[in-house]
Amino acid sequence: MANTTTIEASGPKPRPLFAPGRMFVYAVLILTSIYYLLPLYVMLITSVKDLDDIRFGNIFVPTSDPSFQPWIKAWAEACTGLNCNGLAPGFFNSVKITIPSVIVSIAVASVAGYSIANWPFRFAEVFFTVLLVGSFVPYQVMLYPLVIITSWMGIYSTLWAVIFIHTVFGLPILTLLFRNYFSSLPPELFKAARVDGAGYWRIFFQIMMPMSVPIFTVAVILQVTGIWNDFLFGVIYAGLTNYPMTVQLNNIVNSLQGVKEYNVDMAATILTGLVPLTIYFVSGKYFVRGIAAGAVKG
Amino acid sequence: MDRPNPLFRNLNSKIAALPMMLIVLFVFVGGTVWTVASSFTNIKTLPIFTPQEFYDNWVGFAQYTRLWRTPRWITAITNLAIYGTLYTSFAFIIGFALAVFMDQKIRLEGVFRTIYLYPFALSFIVTGHVWAWIMNPAFGLEASVRQMGWASFSFDWLTNREMSIYSVVIAGLWQGTGFVMALMLAGLRGIDDEIWKAARVDGIPKWRTYIQVVLPMMRPVLITTFVIVASGAVRTYDLVVALTQGGPGHSSQLPTLYVYETMFVGALSQGTAASSVMLLATAVILIPWIWVEFVRKKQA
Amino acid sequence: MAEQKTSVSVQGLALSYGAVKVLHELDLDIPEGEFLVLLGPSGCGKSTLLNCIAGLLEPSAGKIFIKGKNVTWEEPKDRGIGMVFQSYALYPQMTVEKNLSFGLRVSGMARDEIDKRVKRASEILQLEPFLARKPTALSGGQRQRVAIGRALVRDVDVFLFDEPLSNLDAKLRAELRVEIKRLHQRLGNTMIYVTHDQIEALTLADRIAVMKGGIIQQLDDPHTIYNKPRNRYVAGFIGSPSMNFLRAKLEGTAAAPSLAVAGGKVSLKDYGKMSGFTPGSEVEFGVRPEHIRINAGSEPGSSDSFDAVVDLVEPMGSDSLVWINLGGQMLSARVESSARFHPGDKVTLRFRVGLSSLFDGQSGDRL
Repeated sequence: MANTTTIEASGPKPRPLFAPGRMFVYAVLILTSIYYLLPLYVMLITSVKDLDDIRFGNIFVPTSDPSFQPWIKAWAEACTGLNCNGLAPGFFNSVKITIPSVIVSIAVASVAGYSIANWPFRFAEVFFTVLLVGSFVPYQVMLYPLVIITSWMGIYSTLWAVIFIHTVFGLPILTLLFRNYFSSLPPELFKAARVDGAGYWRIFFQIMMPMSVPIFTVAVILQVTGIWNDFLFGVIYAGLTNYPMTVQLNNIVNSLQGVKEYNVDMAATILTGLVPLTIYFVSGKYFVRGIAAGAVKG
Repeated sequence: MDRPNPLFRNLNSKIAALPMMLIVLFVFVGGTVWTVASSFTNIKTLPIFTPQEFYDNWVGFAQYTRLWRTPRWITAITNLAIYGTLYTSFAFIIGFALAVFMDQKIRLEGVFRTIYLYPFALSFIVTGHVWAWIMNPAFGLEASVRQMGWASFSFDWLTNREMSIYSVVIAGLWQGTGFVMALMLAGLRGIDDEIWKAARVDGIPKWRTYIQVVLPMMRPVLITTFVIVASGAVRTYDLVVALTQGGPGHSSQLPTLYVYETMFVGALSQGTAASSVMLLATAVILIPWIWVEFVRKKQA
Repeated sequence: MAEQKTSVSVQGLALSYGAVKVLHELDLDIPEGEFLVLLGPSGCGKSTLLNCIAGLLEPSAGKIFIKGKNVTWEEPKDRGIGMVFQSYALYPQMTVEKNLSFGLRVSGMARDEIDKRVKRASEILQLEPFLARKPTALSGGQRQRVAIGRALVRDVDVFLFDEPLSNLDAKLRAELRVEIKRLHQRLGNTMIYVTHDQIEALTLADRIAVMKGGIIQQLDDPHTIYNKPRNRYVAGFIGSPSMNFLRAKLEGTAAAPSLAVAGGKVSLKDYGKMSGFTPGSEVEFGVRPEHIRINAGSEPGSSDSFDAVVDLVEPMGSDSLVWINLGGQMLSARVESSARFHPGDKVTLRFRVGLSSLFDGQSGDRL
């Protein structure tokens, strides 16, 4: 054994603190993180600069004299094409849209998923499959028919139309979520309840729901994020007085009136993203579970 | 409580599922059928419903021929092909690469994942405006980098007709790769540990194990992710509205914008024709998924 | 006697996960060509030890030598080992042929050498009909043979098996057990085999290392382990149905020791050498079911008779297991199935002292 070292191998292999392989991995991850964090950084520093600083300064260099004036302006005074009330009306509209939409869409989908999983009737699976396929159909295909339908229902251009739309388009993925979840619960629980004489609704409220807190959480997070961030449906179906925050933001930033105030624009952009971001940071693993659920088919 | 009529059996379930069934029938099925049917007519502003009306206004494939003769549509479709291909491929490559790096038992995995995934929580409008600002011709990236010393640095993608669609790609990737990474990582974690041990005993280097052993094992995850990402690319709308508004001119036009611009302003059947083409594109994307779900599952 | 070369040598091997010590300074020398079985229940450290030898786990202390070379810091592929896993771990998207040749191709071996080795392995393990099939098209037994083949083509000295038969049903397990034994006889390689199944251990091993809590309790050939278990744990673990244990007390003198048990006396003159004799100490008297005689006359090597009552009979086909109540303690005795006993029968028992075991009441060590 030609062993030129005096140390005989024993125990764990000594590893240099900065092994080239590990360093490379961390380097790649950190560099990529910069690509992801850069826009956030730029947004933040721009939103507290004054306009001269923006025009003559550097987009990457923070200001030495930050001010929250642009934020206040963004919230209360910024001008869209129609009025100068800032983002605030949009915020409240978004709240008015999101809360009922989340409730209705989850109510309809959870019950539908429950029916398909536990009380299947003839054609239940057919409806489910069509629903899934339908989730891939581009929204554009159903835009006009939905205008027609909501007009018939008398709700076009009102809050109810948007709530209806979000229920419709949330249905495929939410029903999938709930159906898979209910199917994964131990069947003995359900059978025991039926033997005890409990019916559809009683089992749903007294047995299924208490056991389904995680999946309802995931559904809520998915819906709140998706609905709050929506633009297309808000613009088409909500009506002029009910524009959500995203539409309001777009109108403010793209308005052709007056001088472009980049700091206000960035402040407005951050404000619009604040609600979903907060949910994201707070909910952590539920958010990831929601994403994974979106991808797990059957 | 058993009634003789099978329609009343399991009544509660059917009633509860009624909203879902109505939506499936009238919105998803009915809406699609209506849109496709309307694309064969020449209606302009008012929708039609009765078979008689359809018969009267039938023009066959005229709308489609007109569509393919419209330069703006050609631009839109070309852009979709460019955007779709670039976005999907890079999202996969970057997403998978990131997932592999994250799979190396690194510290602070949670921190990195939070960083890669937070853009996914944002609205496309937010993403679009932020990147519009970064790529701002006067005060954004180009000006700042030049200010920092590289006098010849140029980044005019936003105002350059040739490059505007690529700016959408950059913004889109920023938003979407975290999602692909999260899915790929979940897939990687599902690989049996003993496969890794066997490869190690066999002397297979790590990178080769990822590519020749692990990746083929992840086929279902890959296909599902592909379908979701690609069909999402077809639907891109908010991002373009915020980032380029379809411009400069119509150089970053996409089919979704084209539909919006025709459907509600007097060219209804054109809009439905455009939508139908989008539907076709999505159907093509769905084919690998359908093949896996139904054909291969029957074999297994 | 020609000196047998050591194939695998483990010295002072220890492994801890944080505060939990999984392996406790193990020493093990395995001569060339031996079939060594690491036997024990889940969590005893047998798989951990195997993975350390393989290089898949890093020990906290100690050294590992394979064929005289210190491999403690070597990658698995450089240790001269081949390994077979419980879940077969075949590459699912590759054909059998590719599974066998993948590692060799990666190492840059010449094509004809690869073909030669694959052919040889397929021949030995009868894999020729499936070379073009994928693992999903094979049965469990066939898959396991491919897994063995993958180790075979590596042309190594030491084969490691990590509970390879645990995923198979009982019948298949018995068939493959025989094949593995035949393989060992044909190839003569050193084989280290991990299992929790004592039947596999007893039938396959040249020596067995019974493990518990990260410590080797006994390292001996199967015969010795079965008949002279070193402590209470090994005695209770090996043997099915398991050994009977009776509370007893040592009496008499070192020259004429005896046992006070179940209200009677058993002379220990046939017991053999005892490692320590303290009269009055509490011990456990261990006797296997097949070494208890029911209603037998006095024989050399048997103890005096005891009166007892039959409690329950379990017919097992070739023989029956009779459960007997001896002064409050339960014993099982093996009898031919032709002998008919019924609950409540009064019987006499004699113990074959020469084949019994005595264990210290405190430490459990064999006396």
